[in-house]
Amino acid sequence: MISSDLNIVLPELILAAFAMLALMFGVYTKKDETAPVITWATAGVMIVLGLWIAFSPMANRDAFNGAFIDDTFARFAKVLMLWASAIMLLLSQDYLRRNDMFKFEYPILIALATLGMMMMVSAGDLMSLYMGLELQSLALYVIAAFRRDSLKSTEAGLKYFVLGALSSGMLLYGASFVYGYTGTTNFAGIASTITAGEHLELGLVFGLVFLCVGLAFKISAAPFHMWTPDVYEGSPTPVTAFFATAPKVAAGGLFARVMFDAFNGAQADWTQIVAFLSLVSMFLGAVAAIGQTNIKRLMAYSSISHMGFALMGLAAGTEEGIKALLIYLAIYVVMNIGTFAFILNMEKDGRPVTDIRSLGQFSKQAPGRAAALTVLLFSLAGIPPMVGFIGKLYVFRAAVGADMVWLAVGGAIASVIGVFYYLRIIYYMYFGDEVDGLDGKMPGLHYVALMGAAALMLIGIINPFGLENYAALAAQSLLN
Amino acid sequence: MDNLLSIVTFLPMLAALILAVFLRGTDEAAQRNAKILALVATIATFVISIAIYTEFDPSNTGFQLVEEYEWFGGLTYKLGVDGISVLFVLLTTFLMPVVIGACWSVNERVKEYMILFLILETLMIAVFCALDLVLFYVVFEAGLIPMFLIIGIWGGQNKVYAAFKFFLYTLFGSVLMLVAMLAMWWDAGTTDIPTLLNHEFSSEAFSLMGFQIVGGMQTLMFLAFFASFAVKMPMWPVHTWLPDAHVQAPTAGSVVLAAILLKMGGYGFLRFSLPMFPVASDLLATFVMSLSVIAIIYTSLVAMMQQDMKKLIAYSSVAHMGFVTMGIFAMNQQGLDGAIFQMISHGFISGALFLSVGVIYDRMHTREIDAYGGLVVRMPAYAMVFMFFTMANVGLPGTSGFVGEFLTLSAAFQVNTWIAFLATTGVIFSACYALWLYRRVVFGDLIKESLKTITDMNTRERLMMVPLVVMTLLLGVYPALVLDLIGPSVANLVDNVQSALPETVTAVASAPSH
Repeated sequence: MISSDLNIVLPELILAAFAMLALMFGVYTKKDETAPVITWATAGVMIVLGLWIAFSPMANRDAFNGAFIDDTFARFAKVLMLWASAIMLLLSQDYLRRNDMFKFEYPILIALATLGMMMMVSAGDLMSLYMGLELQSLALYVIAAFRRDSLKSTEAGLKYFVLGALSSGMLLYGASFVYGYTGTTNFAGIASTITAGEHLELGLVFGLVFLCVGLAFKISAAPFHMWTPDVYEGSPTPVTAFFATAPKVAAGGLFARVMFDAFNGAQADWTQIVAFLSLVSMFLGAVAAIGQTNIKRLMAYSSISHMGFALMGLAAGTEEGIKALLIYLAIYVVMNIGTFAFILNMEKDGRPVTDIRSLGQFSKQAPGRAAALTVLLFSLAGIPPMVGFIGKLYVFRAAVGADMVWLAVGGAIASVIGVFYYLRIIYYMYFGDEVDGLDGKMPGLHYVALMGAAALMLIGIINPFGLENYAALAAQSLLN
Repeated sequence: MDNLLSIVTFLPMLAALILAVFLRGTDEAAQRNAKILALVATIATFVISIAIYTEFDPSNTGFQLVEEYEWFGGLTYKLGVDGISVLFVLLTTFLMPVVIGACWSVNERVKEYMILFLILETLMIAVFCALDLVLFYVVFEAGLIPMFLIIGIWGGQNKVYAAFKFFLYTLFGSVLMLVAMLAMWWDAGTTDIPTLLNHEFSSEAFSLMGFQIVGGMQTLMFLAFFASFAVKMPMWPVHTWLPDAHVQAPTAGSVVLAAILLKMGGYGFLRFSLPMFPVASDLLATFVMSLSVIAIIYTSLVAMMQQDMKKLIAYSSVAHMGFVTMGIFAMNQQGLDGAIFQMISHGFISGALFLSVGVIYDRMHTREIDAYGGLVVRMPAYAMVFMFFTMANVGLPGTSGFVGEFLTLSAAFQVNTWIAFLATTGVIFSACYALWLYRRVVFGDLIKESLKTITDMNTRERLMMVPLVVMTLLLGVYPALVLDLIGPSVANLVDNVQSALPETVTAVASAPSH
């Protein structure tokens, strides 16, 4: 019994054991000099684990009395997160080295955060949910403040920690309500106490709302987004890049998991909440980004807006919607990897710059990279024929199919507002006044990531690499 | 040639790829090579597209030369042409070599310039061929990107404002259309345009937030599509992006914009609004026709007072597009024939007018009307060509401009006498502004010092004008060339629309009190 349970959580166990071993290795050998080795090893382990999960035969299993669920939905999210984390980890090396903070703890913290995310999307019980969430969050708090001697970075870390703790508290509060009114922490158990079509008990509604608030905070959906711009701006850029990719997938996956596995019977209640979060996020992200000149803050608002679009899929509350959510998240991650590969290398005289005005006439200096970034920005804006459009197409379609035309119309209008600030970056690169250029260097790996992501955005319109079939399978497994 | 349409569509894209990958350097030779390659590619595209014309059978009202492949997610890559779209494809391939010719004087970032125009050509042809709803949307919208960059990078003084306005305005219209398209997808279960043309969308009235929506689903979808196409056309009062975009765009950009991109709006009305939402079209026809008449009169008056030549022609374009929408929403044979004819003819005439402005702009670097005068003394050939197209723009019988205006006016007369009466004044106004412009620029004494050394059109410029002159004259004296081709398809469309209309709705719509 226990051995079959362990067998199911084997990937997580391996990652955990690896993180411990790497920590020991780092501590007992030459400390920070081992950082590159550990980084490559961590990335390697993550990629291999991702391949393993991707190619192991499909099965919907659960372990530890339903506390841990291993289904196609979890696997889809895990593969995406593992690969995104690995790529972001490899991309961060140069920046960390140049800015003198390449410590061996960094890859280990990323590994632990990823482990937490894997737990999150597999959670089948409020206890394992919280465990995964906190494991992820604690690792993220630390790396947000990774630049110990920078005021901004420590401020970001502290802010993130305090607000994160608050949201965790709300989530726990909600969880205690749910436990109190259903008598179980198990998702399947909770679901069995709710009969579809009947009104929820008031206490359970409270619990549901507080759970949603906690999750909305983690996914940085408005109106619980306040930490995002500050944390994105203050954290070292590789950390920001990491925040913008895998954790978003984990939070989105967890949100869908809780809503469908535990509260499927109360769909009428939570789709309203999620639809509201979605609409507000899309508009707030789009409008607030207009005034930003700091590219990291701009990306923060962009991620808020994107999470709004992703939540639109969840708000639909259908299989189609979950499929749309997963497709959206996968495309979003690829776009962000490419964009941050560029942002990581925005430097002038060896110092990082974040002002978008420093991109003035960048297209003359480096036409190839400027073109690639342009493709990525149009994709983020959701303009066809870039793949970003496919993500929007699916979420809009899901919303229209679920009789939420108003939400789709709202999203459509928000996306037009949002286009403005992406265009503004293109404006600086192509039409703007010439300024003292950025340093021209870009390490090979970053170049490959930037060009590769841009190429995917263009080629994907011909056929998005079977993504939609996998997402459909994953959505199916979540609903059944 | 099973894949004729795909070949025509993607040939320019292929040339753009070759340019992007293989052409290195920015010296004069490289620039020249880029231009020559682009010219060869567009001419080759035109030559191949002639095969579309020969293979096309006008008596068949269905879609021809159809290609269909699976795309993703239940969508199909489906191309095909019928009598309504085939001429727009030919118009595009015909005009693109001229457009590339107009790029010849550019010498900044030439390679990128050529790449963008070639990509734009692919997207424009694809818009007119696409037979899948989502495919149509993708190419329709994608065309904004090259045009945005063309205006933004190679534009005039105020290019950034114009580029942003162009992009955001047109995008805003289109996203609403996207939502409507998705609703259609759910409703009909397919994105196949030929199937959708035969699908009956519900026109049952329902109430939304207390408002009674007459025409139901159809009305809402019609309005969503209308938002997109009206902006693209552009119709009054959402036309304001056009003068800005035209004034700031480089000459070649203006030509593409006026001659081809604007036609997408009219094509959209003919392909989607009319056949798919006939009840809503009928309900709102009077409304659209009134907007058209306002556009014809108001923008003609505005055009009269312009100081900038390009702006004047831009406003005149809005007025001429007003005839097109008026013809389309007259919903009879003459109206649709006239609208399509007017769009084709306007493609040649407005293209040529913008080229004419480009000719003197290249020499004097100003578009101010006051900066010119008496050009006939030094530029007789130019004066001749400009005169010809001014007359064509006014709608002189014998030129193609006359046929379109006459047909649309006679169509409107059958439906609503007042609208036809008011629209006819637009013809007079257009004579006022066009002839006055001509007088101020070409006639008079050559007194301005700066104009004393101006040279007449060179061989390249003359070569560019020749095909446009020929087509304008040919269509003017022998309009059957176009009308025979589109006639059966248009008749079929009109039949379908009329038969889809329930008797009662027709009665209500034609009642004056409505």
